[in-house]
Amino acid sequence: MDLILPDLGLLFWTALVFCILLFLLAKFAWKPILSAVNAREQKITEALELAEKTRSEMQALQAENDKILKEARAERDNILKEAKEAANQMIEAAKSKSKTEADKIVENARHTINSEKAAAMAELKTHVAALSLEIAEKVIRGELASDDKQKALADKLVGDINMN
Amino acid sequence: MTLSNLFKSFLLVILTSLSYSAVFANEGHKEEKEFNVGEMIMHHIKDAHEWHLFGPEHGGTSIYLPVILLDGGLKTFSSSNFYHGEQVEYTDAVSGESYHYMLGTGPAEGYALFHEKIYKTEEGKLHFEEGHPHNAKPLDFSITKNVLSLFFGAILILVIMFSIAGFYKKNGAVAPKGIAKFLEPIIIMVRDDIAKANIDKHKYKKYVPYLLTIFFFIWLNNMLGLVPFLPGGANLTGNITVTFFLACCTLIVTLISANGNYWKHIFATPGVPVPLLIIMIPIEIVGIFTKPFALMVRLFANITAGHIIILALISIIFINKNVAWGGLSVPMALFISVLELLVAFLQAFLFSMLSALFIGAAVEEAHH
Repeated sequence: MDLILPDLGLLFWTALVFCILLFLLAKFAWKPILSAVNAREQKITEALELAEKTRSEMQALQAENDKILKEARAERDNILKEAKEAANQMIEAAKSKSKTEADKIVENARHTINSEKAAAMAELKTHVAALSLEIAEKVIRGELASDDKQKALADKLVGDINMN
Repeated sequence: MTLSNLFKSFLLVILTSLSYSAVFANEGHKEEKEFNVGEMIMHHIKDAHEWHLFGPEHGGTSIYLPVILLDGGLKTFSSSNFYHGEQVEYTDAVSGESYHYMLGTGPAEGYALFHEKIYKTEEGKLHFEEGHPHNAKPLDFSITKNVLSLFFGAILILVIMFSIAGFYKKNGAVAPKGIAKFLEPIIIMVRDDIAKANIDKHKYKKYVPYLLTIFFFIWLNNMLGLVPFLPGGANLTGNITVTFFLACCTLIVTLISANGNYWKHIFATPGVPVPLLIIMIPIEIVGIFTKPFALMVRLFANITAGHIIILALISIIFINKNVAWGGLSVPMALFISVLELLVAFLQAFLFSMLSALFIGAAVEEAHH
């Protein structure tokens, strides 16, 4: 029966020891231990937050870099395109200009050739006329060298007239 | 020392103490009474004024603890004045059963020790009635076996926790090392899984020191009770007085911190019709006390049962009067001891967990 009946003496000592234990532990053990653990937990939380923040900042930075790179690439493409167009235009312009120039030169050359040719023809004609005259003179001289020959010519001329 | 070395020396001590006891028991048996398992176990799980180390019950080696009596002034003397006093045999006239008690000598003159309780003698003897003496009892504040174990447990907790606190004071908020590394997860478990999980998160901080103290007090004393030799082996947390006090603490903390909402639930449970309150109020009032009562009985019964079963298993050797039975009873007792290690933790956890639950219910705000 006394197994399940509280004992006054033991109750007194238990109460005394437990209360002293509670007081001492609460003041000198639990307080420093819990505050140290809390401080450490806070430190860890802060460190994790900082890491997270840094990571997101890094990501933002990366994204910005990518954006700038993309823009630069687009601009470069644009510049290249424009340059190519300008070059093409210049080539085109140069081509057409040189063609007109060439055409002009050819035209000029043709003119010159034509005029030279005309001059040469005129001179040739003059020479041919002079030569013909000389030859005709020499022939006529030969024809008219004797009387017979003069007569034969006269006859012949007359014959021509008759026939007409 | 490594763990396996520790374990080996532990086994060695158990085996040696067992064989010693066996020798003494056999010697004692020839001249003394039959070995009574029930009496031996009951004697062990109850409190005592001596710390029996080894040898037979009378004439073995014991530490005699101081007796402190409050009986018309403070009287202190060694309990050896009882144990080495005069043994008186008394036979009940009706049942024929015989009891024996010890008459005190020297400074213990005028007192007698019967079943570890101190009585005042009348005409130099005790007067029995149905097996119980009806002599007056002085107020007994003796340093008994349990009180000594209590002191030792308290000092051990203080040493351990102060060394952990010292570690943090010296090193600041760093990763724990040594014993702090081992106990910090348990401290955090009490804070998070016991206190924070059951008590409102704005109020739980106030109760953490109490819950930590009660947890480590029960756990450490449970484990000390499992150590079979000095300074362990006392059935402290399996003593109804200790569990009664701890349950009272939880009750007091609960009642002091209880808010209006808690009392409203007891005296005017919301949603209950007024006529029904006549039945409900007494039930709720009884409910205030049944909760800590269950705490008291649970811890007492679990720890006492553990002590009884280990002693009963070891007693197999002495019932059969053959050391060879140790081959059966030692492994079984070892198995139960390991199980009791788990129970030691579990009961400490349950006690503080339920305390936190009761406190949490008492400080809860209305949310209807």
